[in-house]
Amino acid sequence: MHLQNWLRAALSADWQNGGFGIYVHWPFCQAKCPYCDFNSHVSREIDERRWLNAYLAELDRAAAELPGRVVNAVFFGGGTPSLMHPDTVAAIIERIRKHWPMPNDPEITLEANPGSVEAGRFRGYADGGVTRISMGVQALNDRDLKRLGRIHTVDEAKKAFEIAHSTFERVSFDLIYARQDQTLEDWKKELNEALCLAIDHLSLYQLTIEKGTAFSDRYEKGGLTGLPVEDLAADMYDVTNELCERAGLFGYEVSNYAKVGAESRHNLIYWRYGDYLGIGPGAHGRLTIDGVKYATEHFKMPNAWLENAERGRGEKIRDALSGTDQANEYLIMGLRITEGIDTTRLENLAGAKIDTTALTHLTDLGLIEQSGSHLRTTPQGRLLLNSVIGELIY
Amino acid sequence: MRRQSFAKTMGKARRIRHLDQGVKPTHIQLMTELNKIRNFSIVAHIDHGKSTLADRLIQETGTVKDRDMQEQMLDSMDIERERGITIKANTVRIDYKADDGENYVLNLIDTPGHVDFAYEVSRSMRAVEGSLLVVDSSQGVEAQTLANVYHAMDADHEIVSILNKIDLPASDCDRVAEQIEDVIGLDATDAIQVSAKTGQGIHETLEAIVKKLPAPKGERNAPLKAMLVDSWYDAYLGVIVLVRIIDGVLKKGERIKMLSNGSVHHVDRIGVFKPQREEIDELGPGEIGFLTASIKQVRDTRVGDTITHEKKGTEDALPGFKPAQPVVFCGLFPVDSAEFEDLRDAIDKLALNDASFSFEMETSAALGFGFRCGFLGLLHLEVIRDRIEREYDIELITTAPSVIYHIHMKDGTMQELHNPADMPDLTFVDHMQEPRIKATILVPDEYLGDVLKLCQDRRGIQEDLTYAGTRAMVVYDLPLNEVVFDFYDRLKSVTKGYASFDYQMMGYRQDFLVKMSILVNDEPVDALSTMVHRDRAEMRGRAMVEKLKDLIPRHMFKIPIQAAIGGKVIARETLSAMRKDVTAKCYGGDATRKKKLLEKQKAGKKKMRQFGKVDIPQEAFISALKMDG
Ligand SMILES: Nc1nc2c(ncn2[C@@H]2O[C@H](COP(=O)(O)OP(=O)(O)OP(=O)(O)O)[C@@H](O)[C@H]2O)c(=O)[nH]1
Ligand SMILES: C[S@@+](CC[C@H](N)C(=O)[O-])C[C@H]1O[C@@H](n2cnc3c(N)ncnc32)[C@H](O)[C@@H]1O
Ligand code: SF4
Ligand SMILES: [Mg+2]
Repeated sequence: MHLQNWLRAALSADWQNGGFGIYVHWPFCQAKCPYCDFNSHVSREIDERRWLNAYLAELDRAAAELPGRVVNAVFFGGGTPSLMHPDTVAAIIERIRKHWPMPNDPEITLEANPGSVEAGRFRGYADGGVTRISMGVQALNDRDLKRLGRIHTVDEAKKAFEIAHSTFERVSFDLIYARQDQTLEDWKKELNEALCLAIDHLSLYQLTIEKGTAFSDRYEKGGLTGLPVEDLAADMYDVTNELCERAGLFGYEVSNYAKVGAESRHNLIYWRYGDYLGIGPGAHGRLTIDGVKYATEHFKMPNAWLENAERGRGEKIRDALSGTDQANEYLIMGLRITEGIDTTRLENLAGAKIDTTALTHLTDLGLIEQSGSHLRTTPQGRLLLNSVIGELIY
Repeated sequence: MRRQSFAKTMGKARRIRHLDQGVKPTHIQLMTELNKIRNFSIVAHIDHGKSTLADRLIQETGTVKDRDMQEQMLDSMDIERERGITIKANTVRIDYKADDGENYVLNLIDTPGHVDFAYEVSRSMRAVEGSLLVVDSSQGVEAQTLANVYHAMDADHEIVSILNKIDLPASDCDRVAEQIEDVIGLDATDAIQVSAKTGQGIHETLEAIVKKLPAPKGERNAPLKAMLVDSWYDAYLGVIVLVRIIDGVLKKGERIKMLSNGSVHHVDRIGVFKPQREEIDELGPGEIGFLTASIKQVRDTRVGDTITHEKKGTEDALPGFKPAQPVVFCGLFPVDSAEFEDLRDAIDKLALNDASFSFEMETSAALGFGFRCGFLGLLHLEVIRDRIEREYDIELITTAPSVIYHIHMKDGTMQELHNPADMPDLTFVDHMQEPRIKATILVPDEYLGDVLKLCQDRRGIQEDLTYAGTRAMVVYDLPLNEVVFDFYDRLKSVTKGYASFDYQMMGYRQDFLVKMSILVNDEPVDALSTMVHRDRAEMRGRAMVEKLKDLIPRHMFKIPIQAAIGGKVIARETLSAMRKDVTAKCYGGDATRKKKLLEKQKAGKKKMRQFGKVDIPQEAFISALKMDG
């Protein structure tokens, strides 16, 4: 018993396997996309000073309980953070730097919507410390952009991308595929085009009909026809892996492709199950404090968050995670990435052995590979990830 | 094709009886004089309006205040109210001041129309002297109209015909009256035209009850002789026994004896239903009411039994009723094996109240521990299953329903087979027999062809085919196992709901029957085994594996699904492997959501049975057997 407690204390630094990052959520967009279930809102009046102060207050509060950390990466996500004033972004980065040290070449990403890009702004973000842009291009033909409810055209997106690239070395973009009426050939062509544009990183998401979105309403009512059946979607995924790999972008996560070394460091913190501070409306975090790992969640509605955050209490939920919770989260996140998980780490978190019958079963089916304490999914396994995790979950 | 009157072809050209109404008032009555009592049941085809007519009789006589009325108020069980059908017969006592100025006591029994509960009808008939035969005047005579009116005739009832639903535009009283005469052989000149909905004709109905139905007979001074008509369990009072007094007087506080087993009980309460319980001190001859006597279990009472006084009782037992026999068997298993004891408890409790439902423990390789249960029919099965799931909150897997086969062994013995999984080694089997039924179907001409085809496909042998107007009546000899499952559904669908159907058990006949097994991922699933006729095996096997292919979700691996007789595969399908099951985006906040989802999924999975690592959803066990053609 005592020994176990001691062991647990020693292992309290489990998060260090994944590192520490900060996520800042900006909850506003110019228009709400019909497929999107992110915490994003359209608002005409935003008092950006107030918002900045709220973010700063939250950072100050967090700093007090997270001393001595190194911030490996920062991510401005949304919503549409490219709607933030560069000064706001700069001030937040400055405050982060004030509280915590960062490596020499920090990764500070900002999500951008091609509809809200100006060269001047990008310069400002770079001056403020942003080092990487992730842009929501979504599709490379205007008909589909329209169907996705996007506010920009392909040309505008390409221009925006060029502007970003003239300022930033690292620019990634997102595409949504497996769209209505998209054939395998259509997608191959589009992806090849994307790969010509791409620098070192792409996020390629299959369209998901998320509950509570306009798309979901239409889908339930029998609208939104021509979505690919399971087999076509699977073929599209296979083709995506193949073409990306040929272009030197390796699938390092279910939907993310990068040149070696160009992976999103911030997102890897999630998938390696490190610690992350999440601030802003609806932001989630995982924080290890005094050997206990907590799941945190901020108020979701922008104004509720703002009111509370100004008083340094934007966090709404803080739940201590049990060993089993952590093990399961580690499985869920870790099996998404190609590098996989360390079963010793997993078993230490769970305090129990992994299900070896399930492992054998999944190995026989060619869905996972194992060598020593290293376990990873194969590309087929990644395509069936929910079922794979379902077999292994504690 | 021959065309002749139904009444003749039924071979039951029934006499129309007019019973002597002149019951002599032999005694001075303290309670209700015999000649002021009328006891009757209301019988009809399902949905023709029996319960609604009962409502109106109750309301018109002021038995229940208008503001306390609700539709089909005698259908008090949840299942009855939900499905809009009557399952249990119900008794009500009504006081009626007739046009002749006299006060009468009317005891009404509302009966169920569905064939599964025909037993309720036949025993109710034994407690009364007359019947109101309700026929929906927009529909006409249907299969259960026939079945039920014959029960009434067998019980020597005086019958008053009611043409109901005359408020409907499709109502056609002349045509339906003619049908009653032609098909049933009852004089319908005095049939009363009623709308149980609007109340039209209700007064005439009450007058006809008083004038046309006979008063009961009985001797007040003779030793007590009472018929145990029904019994059910009440959480507060224990078993409530519905009795009809034939002779003598039953009083509160007396000691009574059941003639069947000699058991003696002390009567705590006596009363009548109006329709709520109302206690009184005594019941005299001709009266219908209840008693309670601290009886714990419905099984301790036998419907049809004779009740008398412990001392100076009668020795002369009533003929009794034939007990209701379960005809359909299936396995009930808890989805979550940890709930087995809860299921046992639920079944015990339900059986307290339903003597027609039988059960014994069963174990299945695939499903673990459960119960093999016997039912009066498929509706009865559904009702019990619903009640377990709802009232006891236990999720169930219901296995393929089976009838009882007779297995004649080479050593000359006979075994009853209730479960295909228990099929003995064929080398010891000489031959097998299956139960047959006589099915009566009434159907409009234009659908006759489809009905004949359906019966023929189900190995039926035509026994009769006659016409009345534009409707045909077909009588088929059919194997029960072809009917029990989805025959009625099919019949309804091929006739767009215009056919009606009734059946009687006819005994056993030898046939070439085999056990068909289903293998999922090369593992036999005993809960999916069925007995089939050899000639139909390929067809059924193919239908089942195709169905299962749709019912079982894709897995991470491909799954062969086979039907086999012995070692021989007769049908095969392959369910291809699932290819995509992944969440496209998963970042910081999604871990929580995802974890909850997967954990829930895992809990569900633990509950789901695993068959050689294949999850067969519970609805598959029944759906796989439903045939589309
Ligand atoms: N229009 C009209 N509808 C009626 C009349 N009588 C009954 N109904 C309706 O017919 C349906 C069946 O009535 P019930 O009284 O439940 O029939 P039932 O014969 O008791 O049915 P089971 O007990 O299931 O055999 C209900 O929807 C009633 O409202 C009537 O006179 N006119
Ligand atoms: C917060 S958004 C990115 C930045 C910015 N808001 C934009 O849309 O341009 C994150 C990305 O998730 C992807 N996404 C959002 N909803 C999706 C859905 N229902 N199915 C697939 N991908 C989706 C889109 O590619 C989107 O760019
Ligand atoms: S996809 Fe991006 S721009 Fe569109 S609503 Fe979502 S967050 Fe806003
Ligand atoms: Mg009824």
